[in-house]
Amino acid sequence: MTPLIFFIASIGAIAGAVGVIALRNPFYGVLSLVGHLLCLAALFLLLHAEFLAAAQVIVYAGGVMVLYVFVVAYVGGSGESLGASHGWLRILTPVFVGVLLLELMVATLGSGLKAIGTEGADIQASFGSPAEIGELLLTRFLFPFEVASLLLLVAAIGAVGLARRRSGFTVGDAPLDAAARSVSPPKGSGTMAEAAGDRPVFGGKVGDQ
Amino acid sequence: MNIGWYLAVSTIIFAIGAAGVLTKRNALVILLCLELMLNAANLALVAFSRMWGNGDGQIFAIIVMVVAACEVTVGLGLIVAIHRRGLVVDADELSELRG
Repeated sequence: MTPLIFFIASIGAIAGAVGVIALRNPFYGVLSLVGHLLCLAALFLLLHAEFLAAAQVIVYAGGVMVLYVFVVAYVGGSGESLGASHGWLRILTPVFVGVLLLELMVATLGSGLKAIGTEGADIQASFGSPAEIGELLLTRFLFPFEVASLLLLVAAIGAVGLARRRSGFTVGDAPLDAAARSVSPPKGSGTMAEAAGDRPVFGGKVGDQ
Repeated sequence: MNIGWYLAVSTIIFAIGAAGVLTKRNALVILLCLELMLNAANLALVAFSRMWGNGDGQIFAIIVMVVAACEVTVGLGLIVAIHRRGLVVDADELSELRG
Protein backbone atom coordinates (compact mmCIF):
# COMPACT_ATOMS: atom_id res chain seq x y z
CA MET A 1 0.00 0.00 0.00
CA THR A 2 2.81 2.41 0.87
CA PRO A 3 4.48 2.22 -2.57
CA LEU A 4 1.16 2.92 -4.27
CA ILE A 5 0.52 6.03 -2.15
CA PHE A 6 4.13 7.10 -2.61
CA PHE A 7 4.00 6.89 -6.40
CA ILE A 8 0.62 8.61 -6.67
CA ALA A 9 1.75 11.43 -4.36
CA SER A 10 5.15 11.88 -5.97
CA ILE A 11 3.72 11.87 -9.50
CA GLY A 12 1.18 14.43 -8.31
CA ALA A 13 3.90 16.57 -6.74
CA ILE A 14 6.08 16.50 -9.86
CA ALA A 15 3.08 17.17 -12.12
CA GLY A 16 2.13 20.12 -9.94
CA ALA A 17 5.67 21.47 -10.15
CA VAL A 18 5.67 21.11 -13.94
CA GLY A 19 2.29 22.83 -14.03
CA VAL A 20 3.69 25.86 -12.18
CA ILE A 21 6.28 26.51 -14.87
CA ALA A 22 4.28 25.27 -17.86
CA LEU A 23 1.01 27.14 -17.37
CA ARG A 24 1.01 30.65 -18.80
CA ASN A 25 -1.68 32.07 -16.54
CA PRO A 26 -0.23 32.75 -13.06
CA PHE A 27 -3.61 31.97 -11.51
CA TYR A 28 -3.53 28.41 -12.81
CA GLY A 29 0.09 28.26 -11.68
CA VAL A 30 -1.00 29.04 -8.11
CA LEU A 31 -3.71 26.35 -8.27
CA SER A 32 -1.14 23.88 -9.57
CA LEU A 33 1.14 24.77 -6.66
CA VAL A 34 -1.71 24.05 -4.24
CA GLY A 35 -2.02 20.56 -5.71
CA HIS A 36 1.75 20.15 -5.45
CA LEU A 37 1.70 21.14 -1.78
CA LEU A 38 -1.12 18.72 -0.97
CA CYS A 39 0.78 15.85 -2.61
CA LEU A 40 3.89 16.87 -0.69
CA ALA A 41 1.87 16.72 2.55
CA ALA A 42 0.96 13.13 1.66
CA LEU A 43 4.67 12.37 1.23
CA PHE A 44 5.33 13.94 4.65
CA LEU A 45 2.71 11.64 6.14
CA LEU A 46 4.47 8.63 4.62
CA LEU A 47 7.67 9.84 6.29
CA HIS A 48 5.94 9.95 9.71
CA ALA A 49 5.98 13.75 9.86
CA GLU A 50 2.36 14.18 10.87
CA PHE A 51 2.64 17.62 12.42
CA LEU A 52 4.60 18.92 9.45
CA ALA A 53 2.01 17.52 7.03
CA ALA A 54 -0.78 19.27 8.91
CA ALA A 55 1.20 22.52 9.03
CA GLN A 56 1.92 22.20 5.31
CA VAL A 57 -1.78 21.90 4.47
CA ILE A 58 -3.01 24.59 6.87
CA VAL A 59 -0.23 27.19 6.63
CA TYR A 60 1.02 26.68 3.10
CA ALA A 61 -1.84 25.35 1.01
CA GLY A 62 -4.28 27.35 3.12
CA GLY A 63 -2.72 30.64 4.19
CA VAL A 64 0.17 31.44 1.88
CA MET A 65 -1.68 30.38 -1.25
CA VAL A 66 -4.65 32.60 -0.39
CA LEU A 67 -2.17 35.48 -0.25
CA TYR A 68 -0.91 34.51 -3.70
CA VAL A 69 -4.43 34.28 -5.12
CA PHE A 70 -5.25 37.76 -3.80
CA VAL A 71 -2.13 39.29 -5.31
CA VAL A 72 -2.67 37.54 -8.66
CA ALA A 73 -6.22 38.86 -8.68
CA TYR A 74 -4.96 42.37 -7.82
CA VAL A 75 -2.00 42.57 -10.18
CA GLY A 76 -3.90 40.78 -12.91
CA GLY A 77 -3.15 37.28 -14.04
CA SER A 78 -2.23 38.30 -17.55
CA GLY A 79 -0.21 35.87 -19.58
CA GLU A 80 3.40 36.86 -19.46
CA SER A 81 5.07 38.28 -22.50
CA LEU A 82 7.54 35.73 -23.74
CA GLY A 83 10.49 37.64 -25.03
CA ALA A 84 12.96 36.19 -27.46
CA SER A 85 15.49 38.75 -26.28
CA HIS A 86 17.28 36.21 -24.13
CA GLY A 87 17.65 33.45 -26.66
CA TRP A 88 20.90 32.29 -25.16
CA LEU A 89 19.19 31.88 -21.78
CA ARG A 90 16.60 29.58 -23.33
CA ILE A 91 19.34 27.34 -24.69
CA LEU A 92 21.50 27.51 -21.60
CA THR A 93 18.74 26.82 -19.07
CA PRO A 94 18.03 23.16 -20.01
CA VAL A 95 21.77 22.47 -19.96
CA PHE A 96 22.19 24.11 -16.57
CA VAL A 97 19.14 22.38 -15.10
CA GLY A 98 20.27 19.01 -16.47
CA VAL A 99 23.69 19.43 -14.89
CA LEU A 100 22.06 20.56 -11.63
CA LEU A 101 19.77 17.51 -11.61
CA LEU A 102 22.67 15.16 -12.27
CA GLU A 103 24.81 16.78 -9.61
CA LEU A 104 22.08 16.69 -6.98
CA MET A 105 21.31 13.04 -7.79
CA VAL A 106 24.98 12.19 -7.36
CA ALA A 107 25.21 14.25 -4.19
CA THR A 108 22.20 12.63 -2.52
CA LEU A 109 21.86 9.11 -3.94
CA GLY A 110 25.57 8.59 -4.49
CA SER A 111 26.59 9.91 -1.10
CA GLY A 112 27.42 6.41 0.15
CA LEU A 113 25.12 6.68 3.15
CA LYS A 114 24.10 3.11 3.87
CA ALA A 115 20.74 4.13 5.30
CA ILE A 116 19.58 5.60 1.96
CA GLY A 117 18.74 2.12 0.73
CA THR A 118 16.66 1.34 3.81
CA GLU A 119 13.30 2.47 5.07
CA GLY A 120 14.97 4.52 7.80
CA ALA A 121 15.86 3.93 11.40
CA ASP A 122 13.51 2.30 13.86
CA ILE A 123 11.24 4.94 15.34
CA GLN A 124 8.76 5.16 18.14
CA ALA A 125 5.09 5.77 17.53
CA SER A 126 5.45 9.33 18.84
CA PHE A 127 7.94 10.29 16.10
CA GLY A 128 6.84 13.48 14.35
CA SER A 129 3.80 13.95 16.57
CA PRO A 130 2.88 17.47 17.72
CA ALA A 131 3.97 16.58 21.26
CA GLU A 132 7.48 15.65 20.21
CA ILE A 133 7.87 18.58 17.82
CA GLY A 134 6.63 20.97 20.49
CA GLU A 135 9.00 19.57 23.06
CA LEU A 136 11.95 19.91 20.69
CA LEU A 137 10.94 23.47 19.76
CA LEU A 138 10.67 24.58 23.38
CA THR A 139 13.78 22.86 24.71
CA ARG A 140 16.57 22.17 22.28
CA PHE A 141 15.55 24.60 19.55
CA LEU A 142 14.19 27.42 21.69
CA PHE A 143 16.51 30.03 20.19
CA PRO A 144 15.61 29.30 16.52
CA PHE A 145 11.96 29.30 17.58
CA GLU A 146 12.25 32.79 19.09
CA VAL A 147 14.26 34.06 16.14
CA ALA A 148 11.57 32.73 13.79
CA SER A 149 8.88 34.64 15.68
CA LEU A 150 10.97 37.83 15.46
CA LEU A 151 11.47 37.21 11.73
CA LEU A 152 7.73 36.83 11.19
CA LEU A 153 7.10 40.11 13.04
CA VAL A 154 9.70 41.96 10.96
CA ALA A 155 8.30 40.49 7.72
CA ALA A 156 4.75 41.48 8.64
CA ILE A 157 5.78 45.07 9.43
CA GLY A 158 7.89 45.19 6.26
CA ALA A 159 5.06 43.97 4.07
CA VAL A 160 2.67 46.55 5.54
CA GLY A 161 5.26 49.27 4.97
CA LEU A 162 5.89 48.18 1.39
CA ALA A 163 2.30 47.79 0.27
CA ARG A 164 0.99 50.82 2.19
CA ARG A 165 -0.67 53.52 0.16
CA ARG A 166 1.57 56.58 0.29
CA SER A 167 -0.03 59.70 1.71
CA GLY A 168 0.86 61.70 -1.39
CA PHE A 169 -0.74 59.20 -3.74
CA THR A 170 -3.36 60.83 -5.95
CA VAL A 171 -5.63 59.97 -8.85
CA GLY A 172 -5.44 62.81 -11.34
CA ASP A 173 -5.32 65.96 -9.22
CA ALA A 174 -7.73 65.05 -6.46
CA PRO A 175 -6.44 63.06 -3.51
CA LEU A 176 -7.41 59.43 -3.77
CA ASP A 177 -9.45 59.58 -0.59
CA ALA A 178 -11.74 62.28 -1.91
CA ALA A 179 -11.99 60.50 -5.27
CA ALA A 180 -13.04 57.33 -3.55
CA ARG A 181 -15.67 59.17 -1.54
CA SER A 182 -17.21 60.87 -4.55
CA VAL A 183 -17.94 57.55 -6.24
CA SER A 184 -21.35 56.23 -5.29
CA PRO A 185 -21.74 52.49 -4.88
CA PRO A 186 -22.73 50.64 -8.06
CA LYS A 187 -26.39 50.17 -8.72
CA GLY A 188 -27.99 46.98 -7.53
CA SER A 189 -25.24 46.30 -5.01
CA GLY A 190 -27.72 45.68 -2.24
CA THR A 191 -27.25 48.72 -0.02
CA MET A 192 -29.79 49.64 2.60
CA ALA A 193 -30.60 52.84 0.77
CA GLU A 194 -31.63 50.80 -2.25
CA ALA A 195 -33.84 48.62 -0.14
CA ALA A 196 -35.49 51.73 1.28
CA GLY A 197 -36.27 52.82 -2.27
CA ASP A 198 -34.72 56.29 -2.41
CA ARG A 199 -32.13 55.28 -4.97
CA PRO A 200 -32.56 54.06 -8.55
CA VAL A 201 -32.39 50.28 -8.79
CA PHE A 202 -31.08 48.65 -12.00
CA GLY A 203 -31.30 51.89 -13.89
CA GLY A 204 -34.87 52.78 -12.99
CA LYS A 205 -36.85 54.03 -10.02
CA VAL A 206 -38.40 51.51 -7.71
CA GLY A 207 -41.75 53.14 -8.19
CA ASP A 208 -41.63 52.62 -11.98
CA GLN A 209 -42.92 49.09 -11.85
CA MET B 1 9.71 2.92 0.55
CA ASN B 2 13.45 3.51 0.60
CA ILE B 3 14.66 6.95 1.57
CA GLY B 4 16.46 7.24 -1.78
CA TRP B 5 13.15 7.50 -3.61
CA TYR B 6 12.10 10.54 -1.60
CA LEU B 7 15.47 12.17 -2.24
CA ALA B 8 15.08 11.54 -5.98
CA VAL B 9 11.63 13.18 -6.01
CA SER B 10 13.02 16.12 -4.03
CA THR B 11 15.88 16.51 -6.51
CA ILE B 12 13.52 16.52 -9.50
CA ILE B 13 11.25 19.13 -7.91
CA PHE B 14 14.25 21.31 -7.05
CA ALA B 15 15.50 21.16 -10.66
CA ILE B 16 12.04 22.08 -11.99
CA GLY B 17 11.91 25.06 -9.61
CA ALA B 18 15.40 26.17 -10.66
CA ALA B 19 14.37 25.99 -14.33
CA GLY B 20 11.35 28.16 -13.58
CA VAL B 21 13.38 30.79 -11.71
CA LEU B 22 15.81 31.00 -14.62
CA THR B 23 13.34 31.20 -17.49
CA LYS B 24 10.30 33.04 -16.14
CA ARG B 25 9.93 36.79 -16.44
CA ASN B 26 6.82 37.39 -14.37
CA ALA B 27 7.96 38.17 -10.81
CA LEU B 28 4.93 36.36 -9.37
CA VAL B 29 5.81 33.13 -11.16
CA ILE B 30 9.43 33.48 -10.05
CA LEU B 31 8.18 33.60 -6.46
CA LEU B 32 6.07 30.48 -7.10
CA CYS B 33 9.13 28.66 -8.43
CA LEU B 34 11.11 29.73 -5.34
CA GLU B 35 8.39 28.05 -3.29
CA LEU B 36 8.96 24.89 -5.32
CA MET B 37 12.66 24.92 -4.51
CA LEU B 38 12.05 25.52 -0.79
CA ASN B 39 9.54 22.69 -0.70
CA ALA B 40 11.96 20.33 -2.42
CA ALA B 41 14.52 21.15 0.26
CA ASN B 42 11.86 20.53 2.91
CA LEU B 43 11.12 17.09 1.49
CA ALA B 44 14.82 16.21 1.57
CA LEU B 45 15.09 17.43 5.18
CA VAL B 46 12.11 15.36 6.29
CA ALA B 47 13.44 12.31 4.42
CA PHE B 48 16.80 12.62 6.20
CA SER B 49 14.98 13.13 9.49
CA ARG B 50 13.18 9.83 8.90
CA MET B 51 16.43 8.20 7.86
CA TRP B 52 18.12 8.96 11.19
CA GLY B 53 14.97 8.54 13.23
CA ASN B 54 15.62 11.99 14.68
CA GLY B 55 13.21 14.92 14.87
CA ASP B 56 15.81 17.63 14.21
CA GLY B 57 15.24 17.60 10.45
CA GLN B 58 11.55 18.27 10.95
CA ILE B 59 12.32 21.30 13.12
CA PHE B 60 14.60 22.52 10.34
CA ALA B 61 11.75 22.07 7.86
CA ILE B 62 9.39 24.06 10.07
CA ILE B 63 11.90 26.92 10.27
CA VAL B 64 12.24 26.78 6.48
CA MET B 65 8.46 27.13 6.24
CA VAL B 66 8.58 30.20 8.49
CA VAL B 67 11.30 31.77 6.33
CA ALA B 68 9.29 30.94 3.20
CA ALA B 69 6.22 32.63 4.64
CA CYS B 70 8.30 35.76 5.41
CA GLU B 71 9.79 35.72 1.92
CA VAL B 72 6.30 35.46 0.41
CA THR B 73 4.90 38.38 2.41
CA VAL B 74 7.81 40.67 1.58
CA GLY B 75 7.96 39.53 -2.06
CA LEU B 76 4.25 39.99 -2.62
CA GLY B 77 4.42 43.36 -0.84
CA LEU B 78 7.13 44.41 -3.28
CA ILE B 79 5.05 43.22 -6.25
CA VAL B 80 2.01 45.16 -5.02
CA ALA B 81 4.19 48.27 -4.52
CA ILE B 82 5.63 47.89 -8.04
CA HIS B 83 2.14 47.49 -9.46
CA ARG B 84 0.92 50.60 -7.59
CA ARG B 85 3.59 52.68 -9.29
CA GLY B 86 2.20 51.68 -12.67
CA LEU B 87 5.13 49.48 -13.62
CA VAL B 88 4.88 46.07 -15.23
CA VAL B 89 5.75 43.18 -12.92
CA ASP B 90 8.40 41.88 -15.29
CA ALA B 91 11.86 40.90 -14.07
CA ASP B 92 13.44 41.96 -17.36
CA GLU B 93 11.79 45.38 -17.47
CA LEU B 94 12.71 46.33 -13.90
CA SER B 95 16.37 46.94 -14.57
CA GLU B 96 16.99 50.42 -13.18
CA LEU B 97 19.51 49.05 -10.71
CA ARG B 98 21.50 47.42 -13.54
CA GLY B 99 21.46 44.15 -11.66
